[in-house]
Amino acid sequence: MTNLIVELSKFAFIILIALYTLLSFSAFKKKSPGEVNYVWKLQNLLMFFIHLLAYVVMYLQKEEIKLLIFYLFQLFLLQAVVVMTQVIYPQINRLVLNNMCLLLAIGFIMLTRLSYDRAVRQFQIAAAALILAMVIPVLIRKCGFLTKIPWVYGIAGLILLAAVVVFGESSNGARLSLKIGSFALQPSEFVKITFVFFAAARLSKSTAFKDVVLTTVMAALHVLVLVLSRDLGGALLFFVAYLVMLYVAAKKPLYFISGLGAGCAAAYAGYHLFSHVRVRVMAWSDPFQYIDNEGYQITQSLFAIGTGGWLGTGLYQGEPNKIPVVVEDFMFSAIAEEFGGAFAICLILICVSCFMMFINIAMQIKNDFYKYTALGLGTLYGFQVFLTIGGAVKFIPSTGVTLPLISSGGSSIVATIAMFAIIQGMYLLKEDEELRIEKERKRNARAKAKKARAAKAEKTKERS
Amino acid sequence: MITYLFTGLFALLIGYFVYFNAVLRPEVINNPYNSRQENFAKRVVRGKILASDGTVLAETKTAEDGTEIRSYPYGNVYAHVTGYSTRGRTGIESLANFELLTSNAFFGEQIANELKEEKNIGDNVVTTLDTKLQETAYNALGNHKGAVVVLEAETGRVLAMVSKPDFDPNRVNEDWESLNGEENSDGVFYNRAMQGQYPPGSTFKVVTLLDYMRENPGYEDFHFQCSGSMTEGNYTIRCYGKNAHGNEDLKKAFAKSCNTAFSSIGLSLDEDVFKTNCESLLFNSELPLDLPYSKSAFSLKGGAAPAEQMMTAIGQGETLVSPMHMAMIMSAVANDGILMKPYFLERVETYSGDLVKNFRPSVYGSLMTEAEAEILTEYMRAVVTEGTGSKLDNMGFFVAGKTGTAEYSSDKSKSHAWFAGFSDTGESDIVVCVLVEEAGSGSEYAVPVAREIFNAWNMERE
Repeated sequence: MTNLIVELSKFAFIILIALYTLLSFSAFKKKSPGEVNYVWKLQNLLMFFIHLLAYVVMYLQKEEIKLLIFYLFQLFLLQAVVVMTQVIYPQINRLVLNNMCLLLAIGFIMLTRLSYDRAVRQFQIAAAALILAMVIPVLIRKCGFLTKIPWVYGIAGLILLAAVVVFGESSNGARLSLKIGSFALQPSEFVKITFVFFAAARLSKSTAFKDVVLTTVMAALHVLVLVLSRDLGGALLFFVAYLVMLYVAAKKPLYFISGLGAGCAAAYAGYHLFSHVRVRVMAWSDPFQYIDNEGYQITQSLFAIGTGGWLGTGLYQGEPNKIPVVVEDFMFSAIAEEFGGAFAICLILICVSCFMMFINIAMQIKNDFYKYTALGLGTLYGFQVFLTIGGAVKFIPSTGVTLPLISSGGSSIVATIAMFAIIQGMYLLKEDEELRIEKERKRNARAKAKKARAAKAEKTKERS
Repeated sequence: MITYLFTGLFALLIGYFVYFNAVLRPEVINNPYNSRQENFAKRVVRGKILASDGTVLAETKTAEDGTEIRSYPYGNVYAHVTGYSTRGRTGIESLANFELLTSNAFFGEQIANELKEEKNIGDNVVTTLDTKLQETAYNALGNHKGAVVVLEAETGRVLAMVSKPDFDPNRVNEDWESLNGEENSDGVFYNRAMQGQYPPGSTFKVVTLLDYMRENPGYEDFHFQCSGSMTEGNYTIRCYGKNAHGNEDLKKAFAKSCNTAFSSIGLSLDEDVFKTNCESLLFNSELPLDLPYSKSAFSLKGGAAPAEQMMTAIGQGETLVSPMHMAMIMSAVANDGILMKPYFLERVETYSGDLVKNFRPSVYGSLMTEAEAEILTEYMRAVVTEGTGSKLDNMGFFVAGKTGTAEYSSDKSKSHAWFAGFSDTGESDIVVCVLVEEAGSGSEYAVPVAREIFNAWNMERE
């Protein structure tokens, strides 16, 4: 009987998330406020169904009461986030909010399935981060000086990254984390934000050639230090985010093209200089030949995705734990294995809708600093999703970056939640701006009408 | 623009993901390293392997208490080709593992089984194997070590594949120790038909001939006076049985398998062109085969010593080939130069016989021109009508082929017997490649095996 429920739940998951995805994209069309509100409510409902069903299916198979208790905690947290955010910030971007909650929920589900302890830890960190993130939009609104201290961001970021190179803990060939007490911190996750702030502050002030050169040197230093710590995925992310920001700020395609050229040259040099780059590329180009060593991880990922097929094996029916470092780098494969390829495609599309919304917001903001920040963070998000999923399905060589909000990792989840909150803050500023403009327009119109009436009165007076 | 760029990237990513799931998936999950396959077995009763006529070659029997036994009714006869699935998996058991452990039975029935907590019944795999030809080949090889491959030239269907010594797939588990033990140095699990690497002996003269024709458009003017041996440097090549073939043209030299004439041809060939031509026949390269195989080797290169040139031209030297590869070369000759990819699986059916998937013949590519294939056929027909393959003459239909007697050690009295050839009727012709290890001459030991197979085929045909 349980088997049957697991089998049927696969279809239910796919239908639920497909509906959710459809609604995500319908949000880009103009609709009346009432309709839109209905869409958001429906999305929330779908999310809670997916979440509930997943825990029911897991409970039926494991029969551990702790799963149900954990579920209730998550339900409370997600519900609280949805409600509280709307109470504090009525103008919040609901698509971003809903997507964040859904991705978190899927992350919790898959992590619980893979490793209960990690899931609990992830939940605790996420809960703390979500509460802290509530104040971020206020901070952005109140603290104008944030836009004026580029070098503070730049230098602080570099110092943090350099500290990793010097004192960092090595894991899987890359130096990524600093140990502070029992906490392992991944500074590069947070430096993403300071880096974007730095570039946005500099580029919004001036795009004169001299300034651009200086900014670019600083950005290149970031990338270089990341390469030194062997965090190639991170280096690539920073590089692409900066390139996009520079292009939009300076509006010079030449910068973009020469940047791309430099990137290609660097990639070529990196390939020949570093053996670990070659190993990654080798494992990508023919993983089955090196199945026992270099290609082991990626082939396990492909086995997972392939065995899952379109419909998935159902929760607990696959073996996603066979993939090394699955909870950090290969969550996508685990999801594709047990929830199926159709579900996985919906997941990609949801991430894409999130990314599109970020860029949308960025393009509507008038203030340059906020615009570039939103753009930079949005690019970081979008490209990171691309890198990790592309790596998992062997579309590109694996770079070992996390799937934001879904993969296990405290630093990653805190930084991503902060990123989402920052973009929300900017969205709110834009809404404020629009409200102000709207008010001003109304006031002007009123004044005009008054004037006209006065003039008319004057005329009639004269005539009489 | 940035949005478009990224959306484009994601579109490509999703496209690749769809491609992976739709096209690459079966091959990936069938990989023996994919331990996830074991999970399927918990929910599905492994399906049957059937011969092309529906004969059961492997099936799973479930006892009262639920234990499953994989049974192979024909025991040793199909050992290497069907393989086993009791200790790891080999052969078609490995190749079609995913299909065998997938059930496409009626949906409602599957749900009913879930409710009853009973296993679903896996799909059956219908192979290309022909029971009559397989049994004939198996019996004809007798107690010799060796291998037989039978292909359908036009399609690439593998009709029979035998390797000896063999084993009983029913008893792999029980006999595991002794089958792998030291006293068993013959390597019974080793599929000689595809993994064996043998000096091709005179069957390689087909390749030498093709290269000679390509290098010398005026090859028809070739004349040679065979005195039974020739010496170049300080190396002497002798014709088989110390025969002197006298005055001969190219066709006669080929038909009589004259070592002396072909050695002198070998000396005249450009080694590098020879190598390129061999590689176009898939020496030193991957073969389009779905079961484990060994690559064939051809190592002659520019500046080789005369002895090496001479030996290579008559298939001695360093050249190594598997019976399957030799059969593939012959199938290209028989099929106007086009090599069809050999395949073992005809279709997949549900246990109740509904079609799930059909496998179609696929063209690998052209190994030679149609004209070249025609000339090679003509020369190989002469082998049968007036040369070393005369035991295949007067069978009621044309056969073309080439014999070989390959010395493999310094002991000249020991040799592997080869025959590779095909029926030449123009209608669903078969390619037969026979290798008898440590037997003697090809015409004496390999040709009779081929004859029985051709006979069986002819009887089936009528």
